[in-house]
Amino acid sequence: MLTKRIIPCLDIKNGRTVKGVNFVNLIDAGDPIILAKQYAELGADELVFLDISATLEGRKTMLDMVLKVAEQVNIPFTVGGGISSVADVDLLLKSGADKVSINSSAIKRPELVNELAEKFGNQCVVVAIDAKQIEGEWRVHLAGGTIPTELNLFEWAKEVERRGAGEILFTSMNNDGTKAGFANEALVKLSTELNIPIIASGGAGTVQHFVDTFKIGKSDAALAASVFHFGEIKILELKQALKTHLIPVRL
Amino acid sequence: MKIIIIDYGAGNIKSIQFAFKRLGFEAVLSHNIDEIKAADKVIFPGVGEASSAMKMLQQSGLDAVIPTLKQPVLGICLGMQLMCNFSEEGNTKGLGIFDVAIKRFSSAVKVPQMGWNVISNLKSDLFTGIKENEFMYLVHSFYAEDCTEAIATTNYERPYASALRKDNFYGVQFHPEKSGVEGSKILENFLRL
Repeated sequence: MLTKRIIPCLDIKNGRTVKGVNFVNLIDAGDPIILAKQYAELGADELVFLDISATLEGRKTMLDMVLKVAEQVNIPFTVGGGISSVADVDLLLKSGADKVSINSSAIKRPELVNELAEKFGNQCVVVAIDAKQIEGEWRVHLAGGTIPTELNLFEWAKEVERRGAGEILFTSMNNDGTKAGFANEALVKLSTELNIPIIASGGAGTVQHFVDTFKIGKSDAALAASVFHFGEIKILELKQALKTHLIPVRL
Repeated sequence: MKIIIIDYGAGNIKSIQFAFKRLGFEAVLSHNIDEIKAADKVIFPGVGEASSAMKMLQQSGLDAVIPTLKQPVLGICLGMQLMCNFSEEGNTKGLGIFDVAIKRFSSAVKVPQMGWNVISNLKSDLFTGIKENEFMYLVHSFYAEDCTEAIATTNYERPYASALRKDNFYGVQFHPEKSGVEGSKILENFLRL
């Protein structure tokens, strides 16, 4: 049976992890490669690296990091942040990334999704969507969730699926950072209306939140950052708990 | 030992190269027919779309060479699918090494299947030291039907062949290079064949 995936997300700036990572006995908690290896050993199913570098130099450092992760880590990983062209993706995949995640660039130019799917296959195209519920409507936001658009979450998700996205990474801005649980109502609607995998993001605080997003939200995978980085939730214990709730996991 | 990864422009081959490097072996990329024929072990990778991958194989003449190879050959993901008779993806005629057709999962399940699923009914030296129902990483929208050449099966919508073997030819639908320590064991087993 296909299992539900647990995905730690690492924010990378100029080749280093940011947001402070306070993790079991690490010599260098800012080194994304050491962290990635450790997460792979601790049972993470996949990893996401989000490049938040604003400079060209920072982006070049990202490519070196991707190459090193591919060299040393034996589980799949996705790279996102600042990707806006077929050439960007070509470089990342050639450096060993398994999937890429695009967000604002897809909103600005939706054809990019088609181009990437045709050239590299749907399986490596993840479309990340940041959305916020405003007066009952889920509105897609741009630029890390700062600029609202006219797009409706569900319409946009269906459009990128049609255009060839292989997966949706949905971050609820209402939930992100609250540690109050995932946006399961929106997630279950996405999961039911679309036929590609949905990754839940934003709101993870407790083990029960993961149980709920798989059971109620029908998510295929759940992504979180700080609860893993600060050791508040241990991946192995999380997976054992999911298993006792009869949620299929890789243990 | 000379390990060649067939380079025909399809797929993320870096990961496969690195997986062998972690095992202490150098795997070389090549599209040179003589070099491929002379290798001890041949890896046939592939991600992307079947008909365009097949076209790239034909342009380089590799479509005629691969079925004549005598050393152990391992097709991975789309590589395995192209070794079959036919694929529904782009109505593509395959290399015909494995006597089975490639079909698309129906919309009763999420497509692609993406993530970790188990391999069962293991029947080959490729799986020495691998326990029944071990987890492997898979990403695919098309599958090989269960058949007599299956050496492993996986269940998604229905049981299908997640690994195939005929003589010196092996194919795996999953990505051993991305399947942690157990996946790495399978690559090591392949080198021992």
